[in-house]
Amino acid sequence: MTGTRRARLARPLATLAVAVLALILPFMVDAYWLSQLVFVLIVALGALGLDVLTGRTGQISLGHSFFLAVGAYTAGVLGGRYGLTAALWIPAAGIVAGLLGALVGPTALRLRGLYLAIVTIGLVFIGQWVFVNVSFLSGGPGGESLPVPVFGPLSFSQGLRLASLDINRDGLYYYLCLLLLAAGMAFVWNLSRTRPGRAMAAVRDGEVAASVIGVDVARTKVTAFVVASALGGVAGALYGSYLSFVVPTQWDLPLSIEYVVVIVVGGMASMWGPLLGSLFVVGLPALLNEVSSSLPFLATGSNVNGVISPTDASAVVYGILLVVFLLAEPRGVVGLGSRAAGLLRQPAGTTAPTPASTPAADATQGPLRAPHRPDQKTKGEAHAS
Amino acid sequence: MRTFVELLFSGIALGSVYALVALGFTVIFRASRVINFAQGEMLAFGAFLTSWLVLSEHLAFWLALLCGLAATCMLGLGFQAAVLRFALGRPDFTVVMLTLGLATVLQSLIPTIWGSYPRANGDPWGPTAAHAGGIAFAWDQIWAIVTALLALVAFFAFNRFSRYGLAMRAAASDQEAALALGIPLRRVFALAWVLAGLVGALAGVFLAGYPNQLDPSVADSALLAFPAIILGGIDSTTGAVVGGFLIGVIQELVAGYQPQYASWLGHDFYTAAPYIVMIAVLLFRPYGLFGSRPAERL
Repeated sequence: MTGTRRARLARPLATLAVAVLALILPFMVDAYWLSQLVFVLIVALGALGLDVLTGRTGQISLGHSFFLAVGAYTAGVLGGRYGLTAALWIPAAGIVAGLLGALVGPTALRLRGLYLAIVTIGLVFIGQWVFVNVSFLSGGPGGESLPVPVFGPLSFSQGLRLASLDINRDGLYYYLCLLLLAAGMAFVWNLSRTRPGRAMAAVRDGEVAASVIGVDVARTKVTAFVVASALGGVAGALYGSYLSFVVPTQWDLPLSIEYVVVIVVGGMASMWGPLLGSLFVVGLPALLNEVSSSLPFLATGSNVNGVISPTDASAVVYGILLVVFLLAEPRGVVGLGSRAAGLLRQPAGTTAPTPASTPAADATQGPLRAPHRPDQKTKGEAHAS
Repeated sequence: MRTFVELLFSGIALGSVYALVALGFTVIFRASRVINFAQGEMLAFGAFLTSWLVLSEHLAFWLALLCGLAATCMLGLGFQAAVLRFALGRPDFTVVMLTLGLATVLQSLIPTIWGSYPRANGDPWGPTAAHAGGIAFAWDQIWAIVTALLALVAFFAFNRFSRYGLAMRAAASDQEAALALGIPLRRVFALAWVLAGLVGALAGVFLAGYPNQLDPSVADSALLAFPAIILGGIDSTTGAVVGGFLIGVIQELVAGYQPQYASWLGHDFYTAAPYIVMIAVLLFRPYGLFGSRPAERL
């Protein structure tokens, strides 16, 4: 039994180690990487929301950038025009986006699968048209500047001095995003282990079966939509605020797709998936940008003498990563991790690998693991032959 | 009246191109139950290759067009053979994401290879137009309509009368039954990707003709074919064609009349209009005008 006890201890210890590392990280990296880390956290928060809808409830959405935009413009109006405190506009961004999600959700309920994916693309296009035209909310096509978070006497633009520690603007953003991401992850983790979360998993694995066992499918889907949009809204507000200026054209389909790539690469319906995926998708372009001067085929900075720009190169790399992960490891980076852990554990031979018995492993079952439906299975075999 | 005829004509021209793009989506969907999100990028690939062969390699347009079509078919076939083959039997979501992966790669490679500046599509007629009754009909649009109609007729004849057309229809109606009858599903899937590449590349070349130019954003026009396939019903080839023409005409009429008669709708309403029509239709007919409602079974 020592093995199980060790395994039981290992998880909180690892979480603790990650938390400590996350807290001291801003003091270990330079300004460039600190700003990239802020983006990593913001994208992880938005992806966490999308994962609730796509990974945990199985509804493919390509409209996430619309909800990010709603959050950003809520921040712009409340924090910028009316000068309210960030303690108000950050939750408000989530609430407004969540309400819009509740409005859109029922429309989308009539559709399933790929129809939903396409209608959510429609949301992106209709959203862009609205943002261009409703200039009293979004500043019109010229764009809108967004406020820096201000909490009472603490303004992010001035930084913070705590005893001998100097935390600049980027550092403050980092800690704020870290706090919100941790809260979001705890919320989603709890959600996945309670009744609504179980209902989501049931809807994902078989809608008809779920309704037969008494799950209110419509309500579950709308809940997932609201949670996804609200988290997206908060992420959008932070993203816009950190960029300090946003234009309607940036809330486009590629942005939505980027979030989908994040959750797939990270590992869907898992606690750490969105963060790991975000590390990949945001970190990779940043890394390529850093090393572009030493790689012969990459263009440096805005100079296009190289063959391929770092942004394009990283898009190619993550497109390929997406394909490789989907085919070879559908559980994403998280799956790679548990595979590595399994390899490490096996030589010791103390514990039989019984991942299905722990609730954690239960929660990592994403939509990419084919649901255990007999008809699905025969169909799969039919394809393969 | 004159404006109306002009708008209707360019609407039909645009609609015929959308019908081709929509047909590309539908063919793949019918064969393998997957929406190919890389259709737009495949279309851009064909158009760019054609344009490059004409402008830089000085090939004759028709020859370049043939090469562009062939290369796009090979691209579709290659993707099916190298990637999608291994995803057989996986959930739909996986396959859709795989096509998104292809889209992401192509989207970055196209501007890297051919640059992101607008360029001519390489057609020999350029901005010339035929005049009739005081109305100018751009040759690009005339050719778009003629080519699209020919391609559509050829496709429907193929689908109706050839052995492989029959195989495709069988696969569309029931894959397992088709397999049990000895229909080579893999070859049907590959054929679907070849056909999608063919109609996609044709559409790409005409989308980039006068008065438009060719730049990487041509891939986005495929997104405007989404309302067309949804409107028509995703698994219906007739629906794709009808939806394509409808969306094209709606878009041109809105672009022509809205700034004048409904200026309160703001700029660029024509980009959102097809989607608004799509959502309105879906609220009443969730599987489109010609789509089949799937039976649910435990």
